[in-house]
Amino acid sequence: MRDTRFGVATLNDEIEAVRADADIVDAALAASGDAHAYERLYRNHVARIHSLARRMISPDIADEVTQDVFVRAWEKLSTFRGEAAFGTWLHRLAVNVILGRRASLGMQRDRYEDRESAFDALASRPGTPELGIDFETAIARLPKGARQVFVMHDVEGFKHEEIAQSLGITAGTSKAQLHRARMMLRRHLTR
Amino acid sequence: MSKDAWSDRLSEYLDGDLNRAETEAFEAHLATCAECSATLDELRGVVARARSLDDRPPAHDLWSGIAERIGAAGTAGVRPITSAPAGKRGLLARRLTLSVPQLAAAAVVLVVLSATLVGSLVRRAPVTRAAGVPTTPVMTVAAASDFGGARYDSAVVELERALAANRGQLDTLTVRVIRQNLAIIDQAIDQARRALAADPGSAYLNDHLAGTLRRKIELLRQVTLLTVQS
Repeated sequence: MRDTRFGVATLNDEIEAVRADADIVDAALAASGDAHAYERLYRNHVARIHSLARRMISPDIADEVTQDVFVRAWEKLSTFRGEAAFGTWLHRLAVNVILGRRASLGMQRDRYEDRESAFDALASRPGTPELGIDFETAIARLPKGARQVFVMHDVEGFKHEEIAQSLGITAGTSKAQLHRARMMLRRHLTR
Repeated sequence: MSKDAWSDRLSEYLDGDLNRAETEAFEAHLATCAECSATLDELRGVVARARSLDDRPPAHDLWSGIAERIGAAGTAGVRPITSAPAGKRGLLARRLTLSVPQLAAAAVVLVVLSATLVGSLVRRAPVTRAAGVPTTPVMTVAAASDFGGARYDSAVVELERALAANRGQLDTLTVRVIRQNLAIIDQAIDQARRALAADPGSAYLNDHLAGTLRRKIELLRQVTLLTVQS
């Protein structure tokens, strides 16, 4: 009997392609005012956007920021031309909304800002099913600058130059903040 | 460079941001510094963990607030397409939605499931096909190369015929699942055509819908090939 695993893997790729096309069709319908189509887009992408907001800003205001992102996206749907996947377009928009929110927060500093000792209070249970949740908690407790760079680089895959431009810092600062974040998370993970 | 200076550049090495000379010098240092080597491994673990994070939805639904802000409050919400008993509808109701594109995507998922099912069921069942008896051709290349209305219908008919010819080799449940998938796809196509009827001038929408149909038909072709190969 022939191995069908390759065929199934190809089908999985096709699923993603069809999902992307389905999003594009829904985006076109939503742009014409179809709220149901937009709700489908929301349900397909809310986990991704909420996770981004939770990690980049704060779990405390992630709900509010996620709503802002989807409201802004609704307003901007007419600018979506389908050159990229809808998810990619939405993700870029979400980053901009989140960074704008960060700017509006101004000098209001995270209560854990520059308090690396906050990590000492984290419970760490290596090897347990909750480890992933603990890692998210650890990210949330990073100093704000280190957290944003870490999430953008290691979780979201942005380059230092892109991060620097988005955050208004130099690429060197971005690298330094990334290393700082990794070193702090390393301490958490290895306890 | 001192050991402390190198320890500040571990991430740069990890990300390939050091130049060749720096890389060579750092690797020479690594060979003699167990502490840097261990830290580097730990940083690799952090990066790997970051890349494997799963996205989680919010603890409660945010749609009502969004709908209110975009002036869509009062919409009934997306309807589930499950016909399961009420007590068993929770998961499906959250995941499956009735729409042109989403129904297509759901159909594709079901097609994949059926492909996997075909593989597993046929592996368990003895092959009854006699040696030397040719299998009915799955689909011609021409049928999968054009998806204008008539050609698309023709491709579906051809696929149906191939499945009917090969159904004796398949478990009844497998055939039923495949037929259910085809019914879902037909429903998706019907809805898609109605959507286009509402906005016939949208070349953009047309193009993407055509692309979706093309992919769907290719998926069906692959599923049928899997049944033949099994």
